[in-house]
Amino acid sequence: MDYHSRPSRYAVLRRQRFMKDAGHLFRFAGLFVIAFLVFLLVRGYVVPKTFGQYGHYRAAAIGEIAARPVKFAGHQACEACHSDIADTKSKGKHARVNCEACHGALAAHADDPTSVKPVKPDTAVLCARCHTATAAKPKAFPQVDPADHSGGAPCQTCHNPHSPGFDTGSAAAPAAGGAK
Amino acid sequence: MNISRRHLLILLPAAAVAWKYVEAGTPEASPNYRMSDHWWGMLIDIPKCIGCGNCVRACQTENDVPDGFFRTWVERYHVDDIDMTNPEVISPDGGKEGFPVAKEDEGKYFFVPKLCNHCVDSPCTQVCPVGATFISPDGVVLVDRKYCLGCAYCVQACPYGCRYLHPEKRVADKCTLCYHRITKGLTTACCEACPTGARQLADLKNPNDPIHEFLRTHSVQILKPQMATGAKVYYNDLDGSVR
Repeated sequence: MDYHSRPSRYAVLRRQRFMKDAGHLFRFAGLFVIAFLVFLLVRGYVVPKTFGQYGHYRAAAIGEIAARPVKFAGHQACEACHSDIADTKSKGKHARVNCEACHGALAAHADDPTSVKPVKPDTAVLCARCHTATAAKPKAFPQVDPADHSGGAPCQTCHNPHSPGFDTGSAAAPAAGGAK
Repeated sequence: MNISRRHLLILLPAAAVAWKYVEAGTPEASPNYRMSDHWWGMLIDIPKCIGCGNCVRACQTENDVPDGFFRTWVERYHVDDIDMTNPEVISPDGGKEGFPVAKEDEGKYFFVPKLCNHCVDSPCTQVCPVGATFISPDGVVLVDRKYCLGCAYCVQACPYGCRYLHPEKRVADKCTLCYHRITKGLTTACCEACPTGARQLADLKNPNDPIHEFLRTHSVQILKPQMATGAKVYYNDLDGSVR
């Protein structure tokens, strides 16, 4: 029998030992593959569908924020029904002061005008908020000392809040207001 | 693929409708609003502000902001005519109920309404560890309440102090530029309630917005330009003493 026809005893040993060691590696590789698949599965389940659509955030949040309820109806909604007051207002100094600047948030009234009735604001408090004289306000803004000016009487005794100026012929510029 | 003319005629309009929603971005948002058509900011016209606090009250009503917290507030500056670097700044309850009467005095007074600057390179969105705060494709910095952990990194990062932790919801909260209103074609609650037009919502991508003419013809500034935040709230006639 030729000595070289079969592998040496040493080579066989080495080969067996290698397979034994490689077995460890294969088992670990298998574990890694399974862990990776589990990771992908969990990730797919945990990460929201829209995450990453526009950037590193959940795109669906934009729609959720946009769906929050509106409380201020906007002056266009008021003017759709109260065109008479819009008319009066458009000719006076409060032409560009929006309705809800004085009357408060009234989307509930605009949605259901019959059951939700707005409360009329108290002019003695309301007008003073803007028109109380103070050195801090812009000089051109009309200001009075309420106690001096009216002695505590409600402002609408003399002024129409929707068109507060008196027709004295002086062409005072209307308030700039929030309306565009 | 075999599609008969009949099937094609049925499919085409359906695809067109679907595409409209895809383009609108979020299907659940209003379908007429396209985020890619807008880039929101605001203009604050300091000489027009009378410090009435209407904006602060309107914001709290519109957005259910808890008492003692503010998405917008008004500061009153009193600048000495000798030392303009040390102004006296007051903001009682955020200016919600107006300000105490100021007597004629030396120096000058003016009001500065503040709110989130909706920065393009916002420090607050950069520090969020979970991607709960972000700038939307139409330029509004928003908070995802479902994703926010309440770690308050963003509260610390904002150089303008515009964020707070919501005491009940336990998440970061801030001005959304009334995103629920502007996407419906309304203006923000603060702009709607401002009696003097000191605040104006601005769509910088809309070529017909009066903001462009205003920016061309006025001396306009942003707050803390040295921080390179890319703030989009523009202040007309802002005094150098404002920090």
